[in-house]
Amino acid sequence: MDNKKEILVSAIDNGTVIDHVPTDSLYQVIRILGLERYNDEVLMGNYLASGKLGRKGIVKIRNKHFSVDEVNKIALVAPFASIIDIEDYKVVRKYQAEIPDHIDNCVRCANPKCITNAEVVPTRFDVVDKENLKLRCHYCEKFTTKETMKFTE
Amino acid sequence: MSTLKGRNLISITDFSRDEYIEVLDIAEEFEKNPKQKILSDKVVATLFFEPSTRTRLSFESAANQLGARIIGFSDPGGTSVQKGETLHDTIVMVSSYSDLIVMRNPKEGSSRYASEVASVPVINAGDGANQHPTQCMLDLYSIRKTQGTLENLNIAMVGDLKYGRTVHSLVQAMCNFNATFHLVSPTELKLPSSVKMSIKNAGLKYYQYTDLREIIPTADIIYMTRVQRERFPDPMEYERVKDSCILTASMLQGCKDNMRILHPLPRVNEITTDVDSTPYAYYFQQAQNGVYVRQALMAAILGAR
Repeated sequence: MDNKKEILVSAIDNGTVIDHVPTDSLYQVIRILGLERYNDEVLMGNYLASGKLGRKGIVKIRNKHFSVDEVNKIALVAPFASIIDIEDYKVVRKYQAEIPDHIDNCVRCANPKCITNAEVVPTRFDVVDKENLKLRCHYCEKFTTKETMKFTE
Repeated sequence: MSTLKGRNLISITDFSRDEYIEVLDIAEEFEKNPKQKILSDKVVATLFFEPSTRTRLSFESAANQLGARIIGFSDPGGTSVQKGETLHDTIVMVSSYSDLIVMRNPKEGSSRYASEVASVPVINAGDGANQHPTQCMLDLYSIRKTQGTLENLNIAMVGDLKYGRTVHSLVQAMCNFNATFHLVSPTELKLPSSVKMSIKNAGLKYYQYTDLREIIPTADIIYMTRVQRERFPDPMEYERVKDSCILTASMLQGCKDNMRILHPLPRVNEITTDVDSTPYAYYFQQAQNGVYVRQALMAAILGAR
């Protein structure tokens, strides 16, 4: 890992690092992972120099390990993100976020007439096109695309 | 016992091709003998959160003829829904009062959601512009009854193919039966690409037209739908195309003898009344078939077939 970047956003002893986040997606990643309500250290940096992306965002979440399903949701906004599990300052696992086949809860249905926009109903989608990011609502069967995608609060 | 026992019917794709056939076979039996008191120990709830004439009456007639008791409402006014009760709470409550819920609700996806919170099966009687599967089942029944088969037919769909939910469902269902689709609509109201994709994925063919006369000689079924003025942002555009999807008796010269005209109703002016007395008009019998199909669905889902 690049030491200079480590200086900009301090290392954590235990937890998860989410690296290679596009700069305009950092706050969405934080929202998707529910970190606004997380009660431990969350360190973040944005517009850091990156060989891969030019500029990137990074988030380090202390004492939190995610399931693959939880963390894969961020691939919607950060398709090249690296997920790094840290224990005792050491990398114990590193993998890429992948767009999952199903997305629950974190995306709003783009159809204003959908029941999920009228009542408190958790959203559920099937991902029908991973390349162009097209989701089909489990309830109203309408499509939500990259252009119409909004995230739940 | 039917594989449909205890199942929900929310979207036409919830059932397989064999299950469509099973429902149509049972409906045929009810057409011959509609009054059978096989559901006399059952309570059917009909929850209509928006007005409906044919669908509600045909469900209630179907349930009555099978001896079931009916509870419910035809308008949410005066119910706890008006007091702000959520759909979730209404459905949980009604589940405890009934053996089957038939629901129409303007919110799209509401029936799927209701089926997930209900402890009894749910039949979707229309969820906004999304799905209306029992209409599709009665369309299939009418096609099979008039043609003697569902296989290898030339199906012409006419009118508002963009927003017409009955059109989308029927196309999806007929993709199981090697149909060829002839799609007639104003340019603004063409079949959505996602539905055309289902035709392509099934390895079948479709042809698009803007003039209804072109498909008269080849069609086995002409499925007419209403072109609504409010679908056009420009009223001039509506005036220009409104007559291109109107069927009159004089246009029927040269059609096949077996050709029949279907329409989900209500009709406005897209089929002129002089068509009604021709041997090709089938839309009123089609509406009547809705009772047998809904009897078949309720009987199969409630385990009486």
